[in-house]
Amino acid sequence: MQRVGVFVCWCGSNIAATVDVEKVAEVLGQEPGVVFSTHYQYMCSQSGQELIQNAIREHSLTGVVVCSCSPRMHENTFRKTCEKAGLNPYMVEIANIREQCSWIHKNKEEATQKAVILGRAAIAKVHLNAPLTAGTSPVKKRALVIGGGIAGIQTALDIADAGFEVDIVEKEPTIGGKMTQIDKTFPTLDCAACILTPKMVDAAQNEKIKIYSYSEVQSVKGFVGNFRVTIKKKARYVDETKCTGCGLCTEKCPQKKVPNAFNLGLDQRRAIYIPFAQAVPKIATIDADYCTMLKTGKCGVCSKVCTAGAIDYKQTDRFIEEEYGAIVVATGFNPIKLDQYDEFAYSQSPDVVTSLEFERLMNAAGPTGGTLLRPSDGTHPKTIVFVQCVGSRCDDSKGKSYCSKICCMYTAKHAMLCREKYPDTDVYVFYIDVRTPGKNFDEFYRRAVEEYGVHYVKGMVGKVVPENGKLKVQASDLLGNRQLHIDADMVVLAAAIEPDKSARPLATMLTASMDTNDFFTEAHPKLRPVESPTAGIFLSGACQGPKDIPETVAQASAAAAKVIGLLAKDSLICNPCTAAPDELMCNGCSSCEKVCPYGAITYIDKEFRGPNRTTLVRRVAQVNPAVCQGCGACTVACPSGAMDLKGFSNKQIMAEVDAICR
Amino acid sequence: MSVNNEFQPTIVAFCCNWCSYAGADLSGTNRLQYPANVKIIRIPCSCRLNPMFILRAFQRGADGVILCGCHPGDCHYTTGNYYARRRMTLLFSMLDYLGIERDRTRVEWVSAAEGAKFAATMNDFAATIHKLGPNRRLEDLRCRKD
Repeated sequence: MQRVGVFVCWCGSNIAATVDVEKVAEVLGQEPGVVFSTHYQYMCSQSGQELIQNAIREHSLTGVVVCSCSPRMHENTFRKTCEKAGLNPYMVEIANIREQCSWIHKNKEEATQKAVILGRAAIAKVHLNAPLTAGTSPVKKRALVIGGGIAGIQTALDIADAGFEVDIVEKEPTIGGKMTQIDKTFPTLDCAACILTPKMVDAAQNEKIKIYSYSEVQSVKGFVGNFRVTIKKKARYVDETKCTGCGLCTEKCPQKKVPNAFNLGLDQRRAIYIPFAQAVPKIATIDADYCTMLKTGKCGVCSKVCTAGAIDYKQTDRFIEEEYGAIVVATGFNPIKLDQYDEFAYSQSPDVVTSLEFERLMNAAGPTGGTLLRPSDGTHPKTIVFVQCVGSRCDDSKGKSYCSKICCMYTAKHAMLCREKYPDTDVYVFYIDVRTPGKNFDEFYRRAVEEYGVHYVKGMVGKVVPENGKLKVQASDLLGNRQLHIDADMVVLAAAIEPDKSARPLATMLTASMDTNDFFTEAHPKLRPVESPTAGIFLSGACQGPKDIPETVAQASAAAAKVIGLLAKDSLICNPCTAAPDELMCNGCSSCEKVCPYGAITYIDKEFRGPNRTTLVRRVAQVNPAVCQGCGACTVACPSGAMDLKGFSNKQIMAEVDAICR
Repeated sequence: MSVNNEFQPTIVAFCCNWCSYAGADLSGTNRLQYPANVKIIRIPCSCRLNPMFILRAFQRGADGVILCGCHPGDCHYTTGNYYARRRMTLLFSMLDYLGIERDRTRVEWVSAAEGAKFAATMNDFAATIHKLGPNRRLEDLRCRKD
């Protein structure tokens, strides 16, 4: 039995308002083995921690129970506190009386009673705690960034700046991501390509950065400091080492009818292509779905015109294995598909476009060379209607419940650019709310309204009907309390953004958690915003939630700082709560080995003393503590009960059960 | 305790550290209420739950036991909740065989982002147990303290 000290935290009024902390301390003080019990306003504060340390020394405590907030919040804090006072850090147990008691109950009597029971369970557990010592594991000083958009590029550049090697895996033939498709950026209206392409070149020229373009992550094994990743380099049918990016093949290819994905299908490209002029790496790629040579075996024009001899029709997918210490997820976003929104006639008229398509139509490098023309007949639109929140802030299942955050600002930008380039156009913006929190954002929006004369109308568009080359827009003006009928030439839909489709399978590979919208969740929403709850996995950019470019870059650099902090260490402290078999009980049946997801269990033949001075050789399980992650699957599989988990042993959990049920 | 209309069930909730325990924390952070009868025990993964622990809880007088883990496919340890799911299926069929009400034991997948689901699940489960009344069949009277 331990000499236990109980420390009940008020957490200001967070706990003390609904839990009678004095009574909890008093009742728990009478539990067997408890030699000291007290309460204090903020146990996590410096004076609170000193209180614990003094009590450990004065009362020779061998176990500590802190009744406070969730162990996910301050378990480590209190472990360190106790370690400084000479107690093994794993002799601390937390009773969660804030998140799981005071915050969810209103009746003080009930909450106090529950807090006492939770405290008892923790005391019962701590009696069975044993001092644990954490081992260490080495750190592979190399980082992987998944996704080569602005988030991934910034993260990689920052990590490389600190002197560590970084690999970027990008699924498209070029890095740059969504930002390459954008014309101007808000609120400064500077050209996106002018600020992005130098960064792309920087990344390509940095000797610490290696770019795997047209590649995907195939599998991830291992754990923080020691990830083993298989990268699938998709066949692009062009030898990367030979292609000079001259682009001759992309002009001579006879297959001209391929929808140009870079321009969102607004124009067509050849079957062999370089996505855009500033692509990095500037290497041609053959689209196997359209290439006549790959489909029928007859053509070979690109191979004939290529002076570098780079075309290789026999190329296959290659798999590369690499080791990394840390992985950054920067998979970004996509606008949602608008199939479900037929009231806006997106599928019926080419003149109804998404905002990203509109971005291409305004872009000097876009399909119209920067002149705003209607996709249907190539004329200048005179009346343009912008519809905001298409699929955002939806309360039904076809849209997203969240705000996509960037649409208000880019719509203001589009409206402003239209009015600036073509002052004779009428521009309407239909909105639910205009949300402009950000540096110089509201000023930007007001400029659109006041200086550029954009008609902002509060209300939603109900229906868009294509009729005689016009788009009949029916909408409601909520402030004017009237129905509006507008004959528009073009309708632009601010589609909600959602995480890239590759994020979900990636999260499964990384065992990183996601929310219900498939955005990656952070380890703590306020205090650890760029880390995933899974150690060694970091988050950068819109894969974690909707973000504009400045926020993405800020988060990318923050993630890089966290990665640098990890890679700067030579070794990491392992979780000491690992499985360990009782060799005398183990019969070597292999049940535990089969369920171990990490391959941490092996078997050895070990000598035991038998009867009458004989020796017996038996096969027993052995756990590699550096590989074991402490899930406990083996402990339940073990038929003889030989396998147990340190820190969550059978006896400890049963003691908690008993304390709660008594 | 003795009169049925004052019946206050004892409910043990085993929550995996990575998803459901965090989900429980989130329902606390959002101040979503559920009955105080629910007491949570933190385990590293749903696969750490030995079905024996559930039987132990019933033996000691628990009226309901619920296991919460990550959604299938989202396990922090990749496959842990699949093992938990199989083991619980076996336990359920054993409890059926013993004639124990099926609704006293439940498995629910709650992610770290599903605070609302956690509270709703606990409210629903507590109401179910309240309806079922006290656990008499598996309680070991020798374990009673009072």
